[in-house]
Amino acid sequence: MLKFLLSRIAQAVPVLLVVVTATFFIVHAAPGGPFSADKAVPPEVIEALEAQYKLDQPVWRQYISYLGDILSGDFGPSFKYPGRSVNELIMAGIPITAELAFYAMLVALGIGILSGVGAAMRPNTLQDYAPMTLAMIGICMPSFLLGPLLVLVFGIELEMVPVSGWGDIPGDKILPSITLGTGYAAYIARLSRGGMLEILSQDFIRTARAKGLSESTVIIKHALKGGLIPVIAFLGPAFAGLLAGSFVVETIFQIPGIGRFYVQAAFNRDYTLILGMTIFLSTLIIIFNLISDLISIWLNPKLRDEISNG
Amino acid sequence: MYKSLFSRTLNSALFYSKIVFKYVIIIQTFFLLSSCGENETNVSKGNQSGTLYWGNGTEPQSLDPQIATGVPEHHVISTLMEGLVLKDRKTLQPRPGMAESWEISDDGRVYTFKIRNNAKWSNGDPLTAGDFVWSWWRALQPALGNLYAYMLFPIENAQNYYEGVVSDFSQVGAKALDDRTLEVTLNHPTPYFLQLLDHYSLFPVHKETIEKFGSADQRGTRWTYAGNLVGNGAFTLEEWEINRKIVVKKNENYWDAENVRLNEVVFLPVENVVTEERMFRAGQLHVTASLPADKIAPYSEMSESPMRISPYLGTYFYRINVDVPHLQDPKVRKALAMSIDRDNIVEKITKGGQIPAYAMTPPGTMGYYPKSELRYDPEEARKLLAEAGYPDGQGFPVTEILYNTNEGHRKIAVAIQEMWKQNLNVDIQILNQEWKVYLDSESAGEYQISRAGWIGDYVDPNNFLDMFICNGGNNRTGWCNQEYDNLILKVAPAVKSHEERLEIFQTAETMLLNDMPVIPIYTYTSIQLIDPSVKNFDSNIMNHAYYKDIYLEEQD
Repeated sequence: MLKFLLSRIAQAVPVLLVVVTATFFIVHAAPGGPFSADKAVPPEVIEALEAQYKLDQPVWRQYISYLGDILSGDFGPSFKYPGRSVNELIMAGIPITAELAFYAMLVALGIGILSGVGAAMRPNTLQDYAPMTLAMIGICMPSFLLGPLLVLVFGIELEMVPVSGWGDIPGDKILPSITLGTGYAAYIARLSRGGMLEILSQDFIRTARAKGLSESTVIIKHALKGGLIPVIAFLGPAFAGLLAGSFVVETIFQIPGIGRFYVQAAFNRDYTLILGMTIFLSTLIIIFNLISDLISIWLNPKLRDEISNG
Repeated sequence: MYKSLFSRTLNSALFYSKIVFKYVIIIQTFFLLSSCGENETNVSKGNQSGTLYWGNGTEPQSLDPQIATGVPEHHVISTLMEGLVLKDRKTLQPRPGMAESWEISDDGRVYTFKIRNNAKWSNGDPLTAGDFVWSWWRALQPALGNLYAYMLFPIENAQNYYEGVVSDFSQVGAKALDDRTLEVTLNHPTPYFLQLLDHYSLFPVHKETIEKFGSADQRGTRWTYAGNLVGNGAFTLEEWEINRKIVVKKNENYWDAENVRLNEVVFLPVENVVTEERMFRAGQLHVTASLPADKIAPYSEMSESPMRISPYLGTYFYRINVDVPHLQDPKVRKALAMSIDRDNIVEKITKGGQIPAYAMTPPGTMGYYPKSELRYDPEEARKLLAEAGYPDGQGFPVTEILYNTNEGHRKIAVAIQEMWKQNLNVDIQILNQEWKVYLDSESAGEYQISRAGWIGDYVDPNNFLDMFICNGGNNRTGWCNQEYDNLILKVAPAVKSHEERLEIFQTAETMLLNDMPVIPIYTYTSIQLIDPSVKNFDSNIMNHAYYKDIYLEEQD
């Protein structure tokens, strides 16, 4: 097990190095610099700024010194926001984005598992078709459509919830969480339906039923653990996706998370901020994938055996 | 069989309704949690506590007045700091700020400012004439990267000092004669000099605070953070949460504190204009920064509309690259300019009360109304194009309009493409580039015709016309006319009477329009939503807000 863990961590290092290197050279190769502006920038200013951010050095030297910096955990200063370090910007945004992702995940799991399992219990009936059709709509419905729709109905027409903000007005976390979670709820519903259908057709379930256990006991005690393995495997990438993909929802609902910074950084050619965010999010994605793999192994005896034997 | 099917359906219906019921309960609990805040909007709360909720566009890059650029930055900084003069909120005429009075020498070159006795920093320190000298010294340090250093260039030797020609700052025309007297000597009589003084790059900054957090010319130190920043404006910085909000609070040490009626201003960086409009409707904002174009029509139909449209000191125009062979002939450029139906563009596309522009300088800039022969005249345009060797557009190469990716710009480009095809029978392609790429292409002259906009930094025709001096950084058209340069750089600065100056600008503008390296299209307007409780927030062509005057009145 330890060997598995170590090998996975060892694999992560070259992956991250590739991410850093590719991103570094791509952002530096992109046309337009961080200091170009609508109004002409005097050459004296460009010179002073480039010297200050070491942009006057050859790119390979910038790359080496950047690698040195990130090894010591310093993502450098933001170009666009003088006085703010990239670390500071990430730290300001990540708790909010993480909270949003967490609530969205709760929404996704709650709705997804309930309707997925419900559907699997009565395959090919209304109880199956209705939630699965909804799930398909959920997958297809982009959040930039769902968000404003929810806002119009619940925020402006019914005046039940605030239309924007995060933690400023009671209830303002509801709509963003639902908007972000719905797409994932749909995936989880389909995954848990599939997983449950497979499990429910297996012998040990028949045995359980034959023992005269009630349907709910069969489902909860015996089927769920195996049936939800696909969902567990999906959780790691999903959580990473929620963190990295919250940009649209953060914009619609005026949430001060990292998503907005990430996209703006690219438009602003804020080299250090783009790189910092990319490295940070890649690391998170790697960690979450590892965690969800570990949970899958723990839940699935077959995998556990494979790991310990080879 | 029939029975079992029926019972299955019934069963599943029951099961399903149970799930639905559960959801309803969950959702209702959510809403119950939220219902306590139902009728308390920011606006109603703010009207009671004297807190203005201001939609501020984007997150400010910096609150250092000598580093920052941009409108959102301007709004916040103008609450925290104040220059020598303030302006009338309607007419933008100068009125006393940190200086209680000033005298101008007969030759118009020497300004003597009397700093008021009760001028103080927000920490209680007295504010002196020397603070201004130090601040302007700092503004002229190239290492600081101040994009607005040129705003100080009318001051004697300021440009020379900035460019390293003069190394001794004492030769620059800003002197503190004593703590209360500031003497400013200019290169030329510059009638708009007082207008510059309420631009943030000329605001005073607190030396001790800046030096506490780094050296004077160091960018991005922490002196502008909440808790650190010491200013001299009507408000002080209370809170700055990145991407969430900036809160400023009334400054009790401000010289005119008794007339400041707001207790707080909350600046919200709402980047998405659609979100901003929804927030306004939900009572979360008193004032928005803008309004999406497709919302203008419904708001104008309302009886008591919160929408305000007012003229804005800015021109939307097209640059023509005069180095492109087939665009070298001024006749071709004029033909293009004369075959754009500007009324159609502002009525059918932009729809925000924009004014068709036939000159570069917006009408009414310091009493200047440019006369122009430019008009919409397709017939004359066809004649000019024929004279240039392209009768009925024959042989005219396919020409490209470049614009930065934006739906509004695209619509205008498409309309103009159509108008040129119809009126001149020439083929036009349109090309969009992402903002920074577009900036690069334009500065490098890698375009044929490109979309542009210019927003005035100060209210004077000079600000629009000095863009087009030979090799000026903002010229970017390749157009160069020594006579024009002479008028703008030598003749206009030397004359004393306002009327004479305006005449010179008119001559220069006519020269520019005769050669037509730029095609003016329309004069901008600012379009905002303003809650009726906001009082004393008058419109002016800079769209500057004077927060010290604003107050909130509760609505019945």
